[in-house]
Amino acid sequence: MKFQGYRRPNGKAGVRNHVLVIPSVVCSQGAAEAITRNLKGAVYLPNVFGCAQVGADREQTKRTLVGFGTNPNVFAVLVVGNGCENLPAKEIAEAILPSRKRVEFIEIQDVGGTRKTIAKGKKILKEMLADAAALPREPIPLSELIMATECGGSDYTSGLASNPALGAASDLQVEAGGTVILSETTELIGAEHLLAKRARTPEIGKQVLDRIAWWEKEAIATGQDIRGANPAPGNIAGGITTLEEKSLGCIYKGGTTTLEEVIQYAFPPAKKGLILMDTPGHDIDQLTGMMAGGAQIAVFTTGRGTPTGSPIAPVIKITGNAETYRKMKDNIDLNVSQVIQGKETVKEAGKRIFEEVIAVASGKLSKAEKLGQRDFCIFKIGLNF
Amino acid sequence: MAGKSKAILINERDNVATAIVSLTGGSTVSLEVQGRKEKIKLLSSIPMGHKFALRKIETGEDVIKYGEPIGQTTAPISRGEHVHVHNVVSHRGRKEGA
Repeated sequence: MKFQGYRRPNGKAGVRNHVLVIPSVVCSQGAAEAITRNLKGAVYLPNVFGCAQVGADREQTKRTLVGFGTNPNVFAVLVVGNGCENLPAKEIAEAILPSRKRVEFIEIQDVGGTRKTIAKGKKILKEMLADAAALPREPIPLSELIMATECGGSDYTSGLASNPALGAASDLQVEAGGTVILSETTELIGAEHLLAKRARTPEIGKQVLDRIAWWEKEAIATGQDIRGANPAPGNIAGGITTLEEKSLGCIYKGGTTTLEEVIQYAFPPAKKGLILMDTPGHDIDQLTGMMAGGAQIAVFTTGRGTPTGSPIAPVIKITGNAETYRKMKDNIDLNVSQVIQGKETVKEAGKRIFEEVIAVASGKLSKAEKLGQRDFCIFKIGLNF
Repeated sequence: MAGKSKAILINERDNVATAIVSLTGGSTVSLEVQGRKEKIKLLSSIPMGHKFALRKIETGEDVIKYGEPIGQTTAPISRGEHVHVHNVVSHRGRKEGA
């Protein structure tokens, strides 16, 4: 099975053809936004980090920004720095270069102020956009597609309809030879034994349990109660009582196939099939991590309703809550509430989701793209100094 | 999943069911529990998406949904009673006794 995508110089394939402006630091975010303004096809990352970071924290910010640059949905990249930050624009641009796409960098201090930076940036972007427009779509096997899965604003319908239906779609994507990423480790608490049992090897199963144990230990070490954050007040109002209940509903979206690999935040999968990326339950942190890991498309289930989108990838929104679909039609792509009423099977709904994934991968715009929703948030693991 | 019932029982090991419409206190819900048709009288209103007990659950006993434990009860729960944060606690991700 195939979708219509864009072939990149390094052999990878994308579902979108964005020209991306990456501010290496929060100080150049304004200039990055101004450069992309009124240029169709250009997007920027609202990055609020990139300075006064050290060690693993700095590496994680760098890896995430570079991952967005190398993501096959991106045709070409302009990195904009200020000039004195400890994550320099040049360092990010050089790390993107091996993907063999066009990468440029400019710095506000070097160019001489914001206005000149915007003018210079726009000039570079116009060239990139003209080249991007000349690239046609071509048939790409689904085995080259990495589908991110996510759930947010969950309620009782998530575990009954949208997550099982997404799970059926995940199984179809793995059957087609492709890749599915499951994330939000904290929302596996209480369901980890079920996922660990499905691991390809005992070592991979142990990694699942170890990651859960780490998150639980971290939660306890804060001296706080994880229940203050998870389940969230909206989850509780929607009928979810405990984190375990949320997790058991949540885990359905990964389907039923073998877990092939556990990867760290914003790293690309080395295997195909079902992958677990270790991320927080925070919706945008995890979406950003999976996109930085090379996912070209995301399927996002919701009960309460959420507007989430990505700067560089379509995010297909699914709900099993008929009322939420009625109220938030401009945000939500597919309604699978018929599953709860017994009018559609989980398999049928899963097939509908899978067909939508192929259509959107081939160019159909997701609702979040139509709205211009471009969420970006890096999972911060250290202090700013 | 049952089409006509007003509540869903997900796994046969479960001791709670989920209301798929808002249910009023005193009303009766018909459900198939382990192959038997049962009528459960609700002791209070159950908002859509919330859970009620299929049988008496003692203090400290596991609440089972999806065939797995989702937390322990903090008080005895009667058949037909609302099961939620007021009578169920999770012991995951926090200090015991916290």
